[in-house]
Amino acid sequence: MADLSKKERMKIPRQPMPEQDGFERSKNFKEVNLGFTEELAKMEALRCLQCPKPVCIEGCPVEVKIKDFITLVAAGDYLGAASKIKEDNMLPAICGRVCPQEEQCEAQCVVGIKGESIAIGRLERFVADFEREHGGLRNPEIKTKTGKKVAIIGSGPSGLSCAGDLIQMGHDVTVFEALHELGGVLIYGIPEFRLPKDIVKTEIESLKQLGVDFQTNAVIGFTDTIDELMQNGYDAVFIAVGAGLPYFLNIEGENLNGVYSSNEFLTRVNLMKAYKFPDYDTPVFNVKDKNVAVFGGGNTAMDAVRTSKRLGAKNAYIVYRRSDIEMPARKEEIHHAKEEGIEFILLSNPLKFIGDAQGWLTGVELLKMELGEPDSSGRRKPVPVENSNYILDIDMAVIAIGNGSNPIIQQTTPELQFNKWGNILVNDETMATSKKGVFAGGDIVTGGATVILAMGAGRKAAKAINDYLIQN
Amino acid sequence: MYKIINADFLADNIKRFVIEAPKIAAKRKAGQFVIIRLKDGGERIPLTIADSDITNGTITIIVQGIGKTTKELNTFVAGDFILDVVGPLGKASHIENFGTAVSIGGGVGTAIAYPTAVALKNAGNHTIAIIGGRTKDLVILEDELRQVCNEVYPTTDDGSYGFHGFVTQKLKELIDNGTKIDFVLAIGPIPMMKAVAETTRPYGIKTVVSLNPVMVDGTGMCGGCRAIVDNKTVFVCVDGPEFDAHLVDFQTLERRNKTYREHETESLHNYLCHFDKAFDEGLLSKI
Ligand SMILES: Cc1cc2nc3c(=O)[nH]c(=O)nc-3n(C[C@H](O)[C@H](O)[C@H](O)COP(=O)(O)OP(=O)(O)OC[C@H]3O[C@@H](n4cnc5c(N)ncnc54)[C@H](O)[C@@H]3O)c2cc1C
Ligand SMILES: Cc1cc2nc3c(=O)[nH]c(=O)nc-3n(C[C@H](O)[C@H](O)[C@H](O)COP(=O)(O)OP(=O)(O)OC[C@H]3O[C@@H](n4cnc5c(N)ncnc54)[C@H](O)[C@@H]3O)c2cc1C
Ligand code: SF4
Ligand code: SF4
Ligand code: FES
Repeated sequence: MADLSKKERMKIPRQPMPEQDGFERSKNFKEVNLGFTEELAKMEALRCLQCPKPVCIEGCPVEVKIKDFITLVAAGDYLGAASKIKEDNMLPAICGRVCPQEEQCEAQCVVGIKGESIAIGRLERFVADFEREHGGLRNPEIKTKTGKKVAIIGSGPSGLSCAGDLIQMGHDVTVFEALHELGGVLIYGIPEFRLPKDIVKTEIESLKQLGVDFQTNAVIGFTDTIDELMQNGYDAVFIAVGAGLPYFLNIEGENLNGVYSSNEFLTRVNLMKAYKFPDYDTPVFNVKDKNVAVFGGGNTAMDAVRTSKRLGAKNAYIVYRRSDIEMPARKEEIHHAKEEGIEFILLSNPLKFIGDAQGWLTGVELLKMELGEPDSSGRRKPVPVENSNYILDIDMAVIAIGNGSNPIIQQTTPELQFNKWGNILVNDETMATSKKGVFAGGDIVTGGATVILAMGAGRKAAKAINDYLIQN
Repeated sequence: MYKIINADFLADNIKRFVIEAPKIAAKRKAGQFVIIRLKDGGERIPLTIADSDITNGTITIIVQGIGKTTKELNTFVAGDFILDVVGPLGKASHIENFGTAVSIGGGVGTAIAYPTAVALKNAGNHTIAIIGGRTKDLVILEDELRQVCNEVYPTTDDGSYGFHGFVTQKLKELIDNGTKIDFVLAIGPIPMMKAVAETTRPYGIKTVVSLNPVMVDGTGMCGGCRAIVDNKTVFVCVDGPEFDAHLVDFQTLERRNKTYREHETESLHNYLCHFDKAFDEGLLSKI
């Protein structure tokens, strides 16, 4: 099979991802995509043309050796493929699920020029799942202990990947996490039906086995400041606190009962498991047979709206200012949302929330928009259509228009330099901040971005921290 | 896991816990709080740090059992463990020598006002405490406050102890008697804080209240604890919990706090049923 001609390879269609039925899954929190079988994976791997210059790699922020791992999949050496991926990406089971592949690796793939690109993400996921399920997880070697100690603040993808690299380099690593659970947005933001929490837990477990020390319930800035960590014997610090400050629309009625930030809504449901109330103690607004509107067009908005549907909402709407072409969410997520019965109200801008006498949300006034000239981001700017106001009846609203930077670190670490949005300023090559021995990466530096970029930043920082520790 | 070193009831339904948490003990300042989670599946709830002991590495919290989590916590005894305790959170009270400072506590609010009263005393203020309860048994921490305050006035709604009437009536009496009051801290049920704000407003006395919205993370990440102060939205867990009483929109706070009324009733009901069953079966030998 492996010696198929290029033409023959190109004849194989992109293999479909087995998934739960749209109606069924809109009522449960189980994972939507079921994953490739071995047959599907092999067939998909055969589609890869083994390009002499694999441009797909240029699309991957951490340059996973895509061509090589796909070759191994085609040969049935899945564990080998897993090791190959892990040379560059420590969290393939996660990235294979949540990377915006259609904009990254798959966007570059040459097969995609005329047909459909190789399903790189799905193969990556298959390989990682295979390794996990077949007990193939092997602990990498750990270099001789250096006696140096590194503190990592935040246990999201950036902190975890930095911890994984530094522990292998022989340093002692402690990860401090503000919440009671580890994983950052992977745990409290992205829902179970897109990223099962067991996968994140397995990754964290393997870091524990390598010797990474995790301390939950530690809000750095309050529990200890960065200066105190350094006084207490940490030789370097990596700040990976993410973008944890919800933006609101700043319109009338935003504090009515029933209006949530996406962070609060998703945290209640995912982290605190409000979907299992009353078996779990934390409540969330009861949307059963009610109408819900989610404002925004990113992954977070899709996660929130699909979550509300699963909680029993009668009508679940996405309200977005621009058209669906401009939506920043992954295409697959938009597609899944539509299949699950989510209604899209596009080119509409919320003006104010309306409540009843008891202060409960009853509706939102929307204004229709049309697309005008492209703005500085190159996207066509929405402009209001005069007198097009109307009221949409809703009982719950979720605002998912992005996150800013949480100010705790800024307020408690005066020497760090920040930009006007509160993002930490770093050297692009080394992720070093303006404070000696302190590095930063992930969403706190870039603003809300992606898992793989946060991970890449963590690894870059690990290299630079290693250099720094050797020199000092 | 955080070990409970000591636990005793101060009044019916109000329990004091001394908990091993050396880091928090060393760092906390008056006005700050912790968020606790009793056990797996539990809710995160905020509780003020009433006191701390740096030498023994302990903090004290005082809890009124009003719903599922607080009632369950109040069944915990010395030697038990609380799964998660995180803090110290929130901004510390702004303390200075104002001159004469009155700390007003209503019900369990007295426990929340206590550490700040101590700090006000230490800063050189002439300190007065007015502590209210519906009835005698619900007036708490009187002895503790007597040790630090210059004057302590217990009040009861039913007149069973101390001044007969509301804390605001006692406050008004002090003002009318010509006591020069420079600063008021009021912590208790929302109607009480609102009433204190209205009592001091005409006199222009600087008044601070500690707000109690529903919280989740306590770190500014979710925005669930938002309140309106001076017509602006604030996140109480990081911008507060203390704010200028004359600028707080109490109505919004009160309304938002009712968001989960139905859930809370259901949760408490389930818990109590379960509790009763356990009690009948003799499983609850602890209490
Ligand atoms: C709902 C949602 C869906 C998303 N979907 C996708 C997707 O499909 N694909 C994709 O690529 N990206 C997605 N993203 C973006 C992606 O999750 C983030 O870019 C990524 O998680 C950032 O990683 P990080 O490590 O920088 O920060 P985070 O994941 O935010 O982790 C930061 C951690 O630091 C902790 N912390 C904060 N302050 C402190 C402190 N002072 N002390 C100690 N700990 C602290 C936080 O509690 C948190 O656990 C999504 C984001 C959200 C919110
Ligand atoms: C900064 C702060 C400090 C506090 N300090 C103390 C203290 O020292 N002692 C004390 O007894 N109480 C204190 N409280 C109140 C305490 O947090 C609530 O009584 C507790 O959360 C109720 O939980 P429950 O499950 O027992 O009751 P529930 O039946 O769930 O709720 C009863 C009421 O408590 C409030 N509440 C519910 N859940 C939360 C939550 N997650 N966060 C905040 N409020 C909630 C709501 O107003 C609700 O109507 C404080 C609150 C805040 C915000
Ligand atoms: S890490 Fe993401 S971008 Fe890179 S190859 Fe894997 S799926 Fe593609
Ligand atoms: S560009 Fe596409 S076809 Fe070429 S090596 Fe990469 S994945 Fe294979
Ligand atoms: S409790 Fe979440 S922001 Fe305050």
